[in-house]
Amino acid sequence: MAYNVKEIVGQKPSRLTSGHRMCAGCGAPPVARMILRAVKPEDHVVVANATGCMEVSTFIYPYTAWTDSFIHTAFENAASTLSGVEAAYKSMKAQGKLPKDKNTKFIAFGGDGGTYDIGLQSLSGAMERGHDMVYVCYDNGAYMNTGIQRSSATPKYADTTTTPAGTKIPGKMQARKDLAKIMVGHHLPYVAQTAPYLNFKDLYEKAEKAIYTEGPCFLNVLSPCPRGWGYNTEDLMLINKLAIETCYWPLYEVENGVYKINYKPAKKLPIEEFLKPQKRFKHMFNPGNEWMIEDFQKEVDSRWQELLNLEEITNKKD
Amino acid sequence: MSIRERLSGNEAAAIAMKQINPDVVAAFPITPSTEIPQYFSSFVNNGVVDTEFVAVESEHSAMSACIGAEAAGSRAMTATSANGLSYMWEVLYIASSLRLPIVMNLVNRAVSGPINIHNDHSDAMGVRDSGWIQIFSETNQEVYDNLIMAHQIAENKKVLLPLMVCQDGFITSHSIENIELLEDDVVKKFVGTYKPEHYLLNDKEPISIGPLDLQGYLFEHKMQQSEAMFNSKQVILEVADKFEKITGRKYGFFEEYRLNDAELVVVCMNSTAGTAKATADKLREQGIKAGVLKVRVFRPFPAEEIAKALSNSKAIAILDKADSLNAAGGALFEDTVSSLYTSNIHIPAISYVYGIGGRDVKIDDIEKVYKDLNEIVNNNGNINYPYRHLGVRGI
Repeated sequence: MAYNVKEIVGQKPSRLTSGHRMCAGCGAPPVARMILRAVKPEDHVVVANATGCMEVSTFIYPYTAWTDSFIHTAFENAASTLSGVEAAYKSMKAQGKLPKDKNTKFIAFGGDGGTYDIGLQSLSGAMERGHDMVYVCYDNGAYMNTGIQRSSATPKYADTTTTPAGTKIPGKMQARKDLAKIMVGHHLPYVAQTAPYLNFKDLYEKAEKAIYTEGPCFLNVLSPCPRGWGYNTEDLMLINKLAIETCYWPLYEVENGVYKINYKPAKKLPIEEFLKPQKRFKHMFNPGNEWMIEDFQKEVDSRWQELLNLEEITNKKD
Repeated sequence: MSIRERLSGNEAAAIAMKQINPDVVAAFPITPSTEIPQYFSSFVNNGVVDTEFVAVESEHSAMSACIGAEAAGSRAMTATSANGLSYMWEVLYIASSLRLPIVMNLVNRAVSGPINIHNDHSDAMGVRDSGWIQIFSETNQEVYDNLIMAHQIAENKKVLLPLMVCQDGFITSHSIENIELLEDDVVKKFVGTYKPEHYLLNDKEPISIGPLDLQGYLFEHKMQQSEAMFNSKQVILEVADKFEKITGRKYGFFEEYRLNDAELVVVCMNSTAGTAKATADKLREQGIKAGVLKVRVFRPFPAEEIAKALSNSKAIAILDKADSLNAAGGALFEDTVSSLYTSNIHIPAISYVYGIGGRDVKIDDIEKVYKDLNEIVNNNGNINYPYRHLGVRGI
């Protein structure tokens, strides 16, 4: 059946309910809602959440916004916590301690801080062990919950509270880590990078594939943050669009090692289009800082080219 | 019919786990506890148990996976030592606050640094306020027995707290002793099945676990944990009674050895109790009224009961196999002395830090402790200096 966002939203009620306390214009809740909509209505879900914005805004005692089972333990261990839940499921199911006809799916959500940085070991361990789960990184490119500190996912030159755009050092001076590639290095059955764009089609379909592919799967989802990035809350979807159309955030998937770029802009927009509406990059547009934009563009171009190459190489049939 | 065997402490622990047959075991290797998951994984791979073994990449993940598994509605167990336990520190508090009755083997070893693989109690003492029940074991038999009793205590509705069974690294874990094992079906019946009220895998009642718990609620939740720890005292004794009925082996909060009429008392935990008992026997032959109080249950701390048991003595030495580095005495010393004080009992008491990093403790050493106690008694209870170290050079 062809993807139809109205049908999906109409037929599948959100499993993350309204009333949570995420900011207006935050990229994370629409991402989580759409991913959970990809779960078959008859299936139960155990969600694990790393400490972060999503966790502290959706489950403040005694209220929860989650209609499925949910567990939060700490910042760095959503993957290992969920691996324990999944192991229990396997064991109990085999022993006949759980109903035979009921399926449970395991989905972890972590921000980039809890995934790229402090949770990388726990994530790597869980993926390598092959637990049947999906780990979703909602990547907003900094420690937003603690007040916009740089992470290894923060883009170069971004102004954060620990990499302030100063007179001597103009923001974060290091390039961001390529987490999806690290996950590909784990030889997972399915790794994808996605973002809400074009009626959420790419996000929904990748979520569905990840959830219903047996084994450990990883989704890296762009999740803009109005506070940390400095855009107008109503521009969330515009920011997503610009990230994709400039090839800053390519949409691609890697199935058993084979790359597929899911969207190739007909006309790749210059990176300024993405940088301009965001306060974190404002200093890059000051006179004399043209080199920063040039350098940023170069990095985007080389990463895009690398991706095109990987697609070509891994699809080669000889 | 019990089974007579010869096992090391680690083997005894692994056999107990085999008979308990938990749903999930998540563990990471660290000396001297490594053998436990090692033996256990052979049970898993040979299909002797129903357990899912999660060979995690760290102790932090071991405890996180145990939390996930227990919250999911299954029985989860682990084993660790020293730095492994330190690495779990953050999640130990989360396990107890989520009221998950996980059972852990702690094979006591000195916490780095510098690194040292041998026995002391600095690992267990470092987590004494983490909300875990801590039970100490003198012998391999006690390791086994404490593990068989563990789930019945931890999973009791009035308790619902995680529990660690401690044994001395190498001294107990790697020494082979005679042991009496229960038959598999006897253990199965004694341990029973785990039936949590609420759990993640119950699709009929989805639940959220681990909230942001702010000023309006956290204190009450901590109070409930505190009450559970108080409740566990009675449950520990009830389970010990049941256990005695099937084994004839009697357990309480502590063991009183020649304590009834003792004037000079040594308080200690784990394998040192054996050496202390032998010393007391030797001194008794010389007409010295020596006794031993071996603490088995350190958390909850049986304060009133210990104070009462010590009330007739004339001088007490409390032996800590971990230095609190607080310029005020070891942890067991502080808890014991505060128990005496709150029971309005005033008996001269001194702190001995001993056996750090596996430093051997012999009968001669404990004899010196009794001698010091004797001096205090002869000196009208004048202690001179209560913060002492035993068997260290340069003092």
